[in-house]
Amino acid sequence: MYEFFTTTNLGIALLILGQVLLIVVPLLVALAFLLWADRKVWAAVQLRKGPNVVGAFGLLQSFADFIKYVLKEIVVPAGADKFVFFLAPMTSLVLALVAWAVIPFNDGWVVADINVAILFIFAVSSLEVYGVIMGGWASNSKYPFLGSLRSAAQMISYEVSIGLIIIGVILSTGSMNLTAIVHAQEGAGLFSWYWIPHFPMVILFIISAHAETNRPPFDLPEAESELVAGYQVEYSSTPFLLYMIGEYVAITLMTALISILFFGGWLSPIPGLPDGILWLFLKMAFFWFVFMMTKSVVPRYRYDQLMRIGWKVFLPLSLAWVVLVAFFAQYGAFWGTYARWTTGG
Amino acid sequence: MSVAGVVFYIFALTVLAGGVFTVVSRNPVHSVLWLITAFIGATGLFVLMGAEFLAMLLMIVYVGAVAVLFLFVVMMLDIDFAELKAGMAKYLPIALLIGVILLIELAMIFGTWVAADGVTLLARPEAGEIANTEALGRVVYTEYLLLFQLAGLVLLVAMIGAIVLTMRHRKDIKRQNVVMQMQRDPKAAIKLVDVKPGQGL
Repeated sequence: MYEFFTTTNLGIALLILGQVLLIVVPLLVALAFLLWADRKVWAAVQLRKGPNVVGAFGLLQSFADFIKYVLKEIVVPAGADKFVFFLAPMTSLVLALVAWAVIPFNDGWVVADINVAILFIFAVSSLEVYGVIMGGWASNSKYPFLGSLRSAAQMISYEVSIGLIIIGVILSTGSMNLTAIVHAQEGAGLFSWYWIPHFPMVILFIISAHAETNRPPFDLPEAESELVAGYQVEYSSTPFLLYMIGEYVAITLMTALISILFFGGWLSPIPGLPDGILWLFLKMAFFWFVFMMTKSVVPRYRYDQLMRIGWKVFLPLSLAWVVLVAFFAQYGAFWGTYARWTTGG
Repeated sequence: MSVAGVVFYIFALTVLAGGVFTVVSRNPVHSVLWLITAFIGATGLFVLMGAEFLAMLLMIVYVGAVAVLFLFVVMMLDIDFAELKAGMAKYLPIALLIGVILLIELAMIFGTWVAADGVTLLARPEAGEIANTEALGRVVYTEYLLLFQLAGLVLLVAMIGAIVLTMRHRKDIKRQNVVMQMQRDPKAAIKLVDVKPGQGL
């Protein structure tokens, strides 16, 4: 049996398919509850009850919504480019899911253990803008088009600073493999994780992640007060559902990325306790909570403010940080904290 | 045929189909989308050759940034399709000529390319040696550092040139000074006045 799954083509294909299902199915089920939690937290901040009718504490609300989305009629606007119109939400969801292939959940628990894992995630997330642009253009309508233009500019702007921040982490690790990045953070529990040496960049990364995933306060592509719902205006039923799931999968990916890059992935914060996948889930849940709270507490930015922060604040800061980290790593400053490959981390 | 062979033909067909449809599409936006398809196919070919760093770079730079700008421009432009189609027939001979010349040049280069003795031409370092990214980094940043820096300088000059050419100073518009706005003190900016009825200020 072991032979079949490791040597024959069919066996390997089946094995990979199984691994993919093992990630996608729990992810989508977890998403249903994350959506519910998102609404609950939002409601709690505003002193409302939130979803509380379907199931105990409203736990099944997301599933009810899912059925509603699937059963409704799909409306295609007249004059829409039909092929691109349906291609856009699919691209959005598929790209958001593809990036999970290189995320290590535990030591060795990864579908594709490739050398350039972090670049792969970066490449895939830079493609996600196409889902939005194509959707906005194919709708053949003014609000979606404006929303997609905004989104294109916004996502490209913040990708630049995300890329530079990631370069700092790569420099410290000496590898682009996510498993190697987590292993480089082993040692004295939570004090050897990258969040201390790369401290200011952690905050920049979290803020950029908000902008990259179009989350409030940077949800300008769908700003409902100005653009109704931006690129999603003309979408209904299942295509809209695909967009929404894609967005939430992308946010979950960002929480995983924050946990792996700066907070030690599956490593336990206290040296004595065993490492494991639960720690990664805990960290992801915590950063999800940060995303939820930001959504409910911070007011939406104006578009020029968003652009100013991206290009005039984050870009110079992260660029200077790369130079600084390169300097520290080369000369082994701070007992090799910035050059983990020299200290055997 | 091995799995790699099948995958090669899939990606190669994607690149070719993308290229052909980029040219023949009636809608310029569709053209750009087909171009992106061709880029993604090329990425797959790079991965098959073991040049994973170049593959990711192609994806990030060309698909993630350059093609987005293309799409941006094409969507914003108001293009007359009929006029474009008329132009195509006119310029077809010249385009074909350029294509044929390029093809001949490529054939000449590859036909006469001889590697030095004891050197094997590889798209990537041998298995078990240093990783692809490291090998590229060593070549660019260590062995040919000066050339790399000079190329960077040329790009910097081009960038400054582009900025200088497009920058206009307009005096008649109001600009925000964010630092000044944030430094504003409510005590200095707001004055509370107790207005007596019937008197006004």
